[in-house]
Amino acid sequence: MLLIHCPYCGERPEIEFSYGGQAHLARPANPQELSDQDWADYLYMRRNRKGVHAERWRHVHGCARFFNALRDTSSDQILATYRIGEPQPKLGAGGPAAP
Amino acid sequence: MRKFSALRLLREGLRRQRGWGAQWRSPKLQSDYEAVIIGGGGHGLGAAYYLAREHGMRRIAVLEKGWIGGGNTGRNTTIIRSNYLYEQSAALYDHSVKLWEHLSQVLNYNVMFSQRGVLMLAHTVHDVQSFKRHVHANRANGVDNEWLTPAQAKAFCPPLNIEANMRYPVLGAALQRRGGTARHDAVAWGYARAADALGVDIIQNCEVIGIGQDPTGAVSGVATTRGNISTRKIGVAAAGHTSVIMDMAGVRLPLESYPLQALVSEPVKPVFPCVVMSNTIHAYISQSDKGELVIGAGTDAYTSYTQRGGLHVNTHTLEAICELFPQFRRLRMLRNWGGIVDVTPDRSPIIARTPVPGLYVNCGWGTGGFKATPGAAHLFAWTIARDEPHPINAPFSIERFRDGRLIDEAAAAAVAH
Repeated sequence: MLLIHCPYCGERPEIEFSYGGQAHLARPANPQELSDQDWADYLYMRRNRKGVHAERWRHVHGCARFFNALRDTSSDQILATYRIGEPQPKLGAGGPAAP
Repeated sequence: MRKFSALRLLREGLRRQRGWGAQWRSPKLQSDYEAVIIGGGGHGLGAAYYLAREHGMRRIAVLEKGWIGGGNTGRNTTIIRSNYLYEQSAALYDHSVKLWEHLSQVLNYNVMFSQRGVLMLAHTVHDVQSFKRHVHANRANGVDNEWLTPAQAKAFCPPLNIEANMRYPVLGAALQRRGGTARHDAVAWGYARAADALGVDIIQNCEVIGIGQDPTGAVSGVATTRGNISTRKIGVAAAGHTSVIMDMAGVRLPLESYPLQALVSEPVKPVFPCVVMSNTIHAYISQSDKGELVIGAGTDAYTSYTQRGGLHVNTHTLEAICELFPQFRRLRMLRNWGGIVDVTPDRSPIIARTPVPGLYVNCGWGTGGFKATPGAAHLFAWTIARDEPHPINAPFSIERFRDGRLIDEAAAAAVAH
């Protein structure tokens, strides 16, 4: 079980959280003007990266708030968590490159 | 290939079992192949076999990063069934069941296919309605499935608890009698042996690090940790790592990779006659011929490539198993493990051409790829050889996500993950 640092409540076990998938996906401002392919890309295409992945979590059994995390999907190590609206943190030198 | 037979068993027995030898070669990687399959699991080895046997190709390589059958082929719970809701899925999975029925004879390798029946339990009114709909849809599509009362379900599977005082009592069950299990390793080994006999080069410990494209964008070769290969056709059957491979050719797919866990108990005498699955309380269970109870847990919540997951996911499944089968409470669990499954938004696979000419993909099997091994391999080989899909896998294209023609087994899945 992962230990996840909620930016509001601190470190808590994974079962208090629900997973929200890839982070920083913005809904297109002009859906009517998008091609079918662009709309499908927005709806369905995900990075599915092996390495550092920016993703959303929700502390559903705690403060119930959404936040973002950087996690290495090849080791499940959580490298950083940050609040919604905050910029994605830069990872230190020598660490894996951010997406 | 020296055929296995009763006569040969007797002869080797008299010669102290010294004459069996290796069942496939360990060939040197050549610099040029007609087709290269990336991924040496059942799907990849099977595709190579059908390319050689049915499409006359001879110079084929199967590239495997680890050892053959060491990925999801060796990590699943070996359940085989075809009782999917939609007609496209029913056709696809039943194509596979029909190939399973003769696979041991065709490959001359005992894959231990056992049609012991797959029983799916209904615990709520919604389950009952949904499963009855499945039964009717399956029968309309020529797939066997029947509705059982709780007493009939218990008669079919005596260990089942149908007491009314359960938290989620059994209200009935759907039974596919043609469903069952097979020996997972034997599927990889059987296809490997048969493909090798037809001249396919199986290259283990060979990781793909790049895909070459010519100026027109078409596939020109593969770069591996063992050297470069030129080829005009590449078939990717890399399961959870499909996105990683396809990134090398700049192709994006609607996939996310999740850990899916399974576990086995200590081996016991035969106590469990069939496969039981429960959607609502999330458990599936059968007994291997070795005697271990084989138990499937759910996917973890998050995407990952680690081939492990959280223990709480297994605990959740074991709680459900103990409720359904109280006599298993005292069994000890022997091993647990994870595999990485590539999940599509509609929980249906992709067997298709890609935007890159010469590059083909068989992926998106999510939590249920083992059952489809022969069928998927057969259709994938067809698609690679003819550069067009077989009518059965034509609906399972990448373009269905753009065109809105989803085959939405997500809502209809037997197990909700």
